[in-house]
Amino acid sequence: MDYTIKIGGEAGQGIQTIGDSLAKVFSRFGYYVFTHQEYESRIRGGHNFYQIRFSDSPVTASKSVIDILVCLDNESIKAHKKELTLYGAAIYDSKLTKESIDDNRFLNIPLLEMAERFGKNKIMANTVAIGAVLGMLNFPQEVFLNILQENLGKKGGEVVKLNKDSFVAGYEFAKKECLQCAFTITPSGKPKMLMGVNESIGIGAITSGCKFYSAYPMTPSTGIMLFLASKAEEFEIIVEQAEDEIAAINMAIGASFAGMRSMTGTSGGGFALMVEGLSLAAMTETPIVIALAQRPGPATGLPTKTEQADLLFAIHAGHGEFPRVIFAPGSPDQAFYLTNKAFDISQKYQIPAFILTDQYLSDSQWTIDEIDLTKYKHTQYRIRGEKLESIKDYKRHLFTENGISFFGIQGTSKRLIITDSDEHDEEGHITEDPDIRVKMVNKRLHKKWPLIKREMGLPYFYGDSDADIVIVGWGSTYGVIKDSIDILSRNKKIAMMHFSELYPLPDSEDYMNILKKAKKTIGVENNARGQFARLIKTETGFEFDSIINRYDGRPFYSDLLARSINDIIG
Amino acid sequence: MISLADYQGKMPAWCPGCGNYSILRAFKEALIELYIAPHEFTIVSGIGQAGKFPHYLRCNTFNGLHGRTLPVATGIRLANNKMLVIAVAGDGDCYGEGGNHLIHAIRRNIGVKLFVHNNQIYGLTKGQVSPTSMEGMFTKNQPFGVLSGQLNPVTLAVALDCSFVARGFAGDINHLKGIMKEAINHKGFALLDILQPCVTFNKVNTYDWYRQRVYPIEGEYNPEDRLSAFKKSLEWGDRIPIGVIYINRRQTFEERIPFLKDRPLIDHELFTDNWSESIKKALDEFF
Repeated sequence: MDYTIKIGGEAGQGIQTIGDSLAKVFSRFGYYVFTHQEYESRIRGGHNFYQIRFSDSPVTASKSVIDILVCLDNESIKAHKKELTLYGAAIYDSKLTKESIDDNRFLNIPLLEMAERFGKNKIMANTVAIGAVLGMLNFPQEVFLNILQENLGKKGGEVVKLNKDSFVAGYEFAKKECLQCAFTITPSGKPKMLMGVNESIGIGAITSGCKFYSAYPMTPSTGIMLFLASKAEEFEIIVEQAEDEIAAINMAIGASFAGMRSMTGTSGGGFALMVEGLSLAAMTETPIVIALAQRPGPATGLPTKTEQADLLFAIHAGHGEFPRVIFAPGSPDQAFYLTNKAFDISQKYQIPAFILTDQYLSDSQWTIDEIDLTKYKHTQYRIRGEKLESIKDYKRHLFTENGISFFGIQGTSKRLIITDSDEHDEEGHITEDPDIRVKMVNKRLHKKWPLIKREMGLPYFYGDSDADIVIVGWGSTYGVIKDSIDILSRNKKIAMMHFSELYPLPDSEDYMNILKKAKKTIGVENNARGQFARLIKTETGFEFDSIINRYDGRPFYSDLLARSINDIIG
Repeated sequence: MISLADYQGKMPAWCPGCGNYSILRAFKEALIELYIAPHEFTIVSGIGQAGKFPHYLRCNTFNGLHGRTLPVATGIRLANNKMLVIAVAGDGDCYGEGGNHLIHAIRRNIGVKLFVHNNQIYGLTKGQVSPTSMEGMFTKNQPFGVLSGQLNPVTLAVALDCSFVARGFAGDINHLKGIMKEAINHKGFALLDILQPCVTFNKVNTYDWYRQRVYPIEGEYNPEDRLSAFKKSLEWGDRIPIGVIYINRRQTFEERIPFLKDRPLIDHELFTDNWSESIKKALDEFF
């Protein structure tokens, strides 16, 4: 069993409510779920969709074909009718679409009328639609009704009843009227967690002891701020919406300097404003974690669409030479784990660390069985109080063997913590002395860099261990490449190599040997010029045989990607 | 006892006669009179001659970027709201490059004290126009005289309902020390604009020019009356008032954050004993 549902309509029609509810129903029932969304940069109107794939075996990406289509507007019919399989089924309300469809796969269902009749409000059309989809699937009603009770129970019996009546009305109507519907629902496993990547970065940050998050709202990164704000009181985190991205990163640097684990998040344009601050964090050796959720540029670009085109920007941003680490998770559990690693490494080496995502990944939701909390690093590297006091000749930027100096927390002892964006001496005072300058560059960069390289984890290898064809991806393409490998491995010796710990590249020959041994290597990137391929070439000299690029602002779909790979390997 | 020697920093690299020396002197004396030890406060400075200020002292120091003193100071203050945080900036730094941050720091009413060394000229970059340069003044990069209107930071701050607004003059150390102490003792955000002659690049606003004009606010003036504060702030020209111009003791940003009431953020345990349990509970919400 592997079904895909697509809900299409205008912004403001409640697509998200329907999609989120259905995804929750399936994950609660124990299915594997993957969702992704495409929307426009507007509050009302336009055309948006929400796509849900669910199965009794793991799913990690969207397909381009759909089994159930929910059309809340006419555009959804036009845009997505061709994606509907022969055995698929669609529902629409002719009052919304203003026309009837002569296609036996399409069922006209009076969503609005039923909403007003059973829910006493047009807005209940969403609940009727949820009922209709589950009715088409002949899916057990209790799962949704339990969630309804949990979410709306507090609002009182009347609200629950109106929702329930609307749901059941939609359910019964579709079950009875959808003659095309022949979907089979298989037994399920244990309930699963359903998590979005912005949320998992947020919870990863909380787990890592993040106490300060300052940011300026920018799609698709805003979800991180919203999640942390929702947990601010419980976990005692200061979440501040800064006046601009420049203030956001400088505030986070200030809080980090004063002793708190701090983070900021943004997208390309906002990060462009943060770049000077990035350089400041590096010079003052102040740890900071930056979530950079990419979207297509240049400039405002396609503000709500997806792209992986800021990798080289993140690597090279900032004037001067300094170390940084860049992680690019491909799933919520990777995001969770790598956010912790970003905090740990940035604290340990007193450097900036990036978590690089994109709109597709940020707005996707995945099911997860479990998060292993024992894998977490909780080392406190900062020193304070008596321990700090006991260092007689404390110097913030003391020259050491590994380049790392004790970072005290000011105000917890009489030791002074001094730093400067100018080149500085060991104490932290401004200097122009050439010998100190060289020693400081060596401390910040040359001494730390080899140690940082050793921290980087190896790429994830999936598929035939003796593969002829190796597909290489990074970040958000993890799930879609993995899914395509599953499709292609039936008759090919093929494997995936996925990098989520990107920069510096892991210090190992092993993965390079796999690439060199393969008969064909293909890079897959959601950008125009293969930025990761360029990175690999720059750092190792190795060149992929082919690159599959997509840069129309849309993500890859696993069946289409498998076809593109097939076209190349023949 | 705390003495001047406790604050002895590096040898200043300012020009002889620079107004900054008097500001440094007044500041050290204010600290001594308030019994504030070097480890009990942090100075965040930017870039410009004023940016070097903390190096000529002994204290916790973050000498950051041009224009960005206030965001860094805000971050420090939120992480440790028991720490006295003083932002030191020049007129170019704070009213030019970092103007946006000033507006929002005032709105937040964050407990940061901002001392602006306002010499109405760019000193570090050798004599270009500043937002507070007087209209018509000739500088190397303004061949037709300063074309833009002069920014009045005091009026701006009163208009934004800044909780403490004052003006000092580097030529009157005793008076300056007094308002520095008032600013430090004030609970919320404080702006202290300090008129500071630049002996090298500003040949208009000299010590003599200021001395002929500045007068201390005395008598029945009530700084808590916003309208009279606004009127007072507009005085510029033949007579320039110095002293505390406006006070509005409104709630501070930190006071509105419930978990900062008992102890500063830095004293919150990073990982509590039942940390895994709390995280597990948060994760359960995803089922």
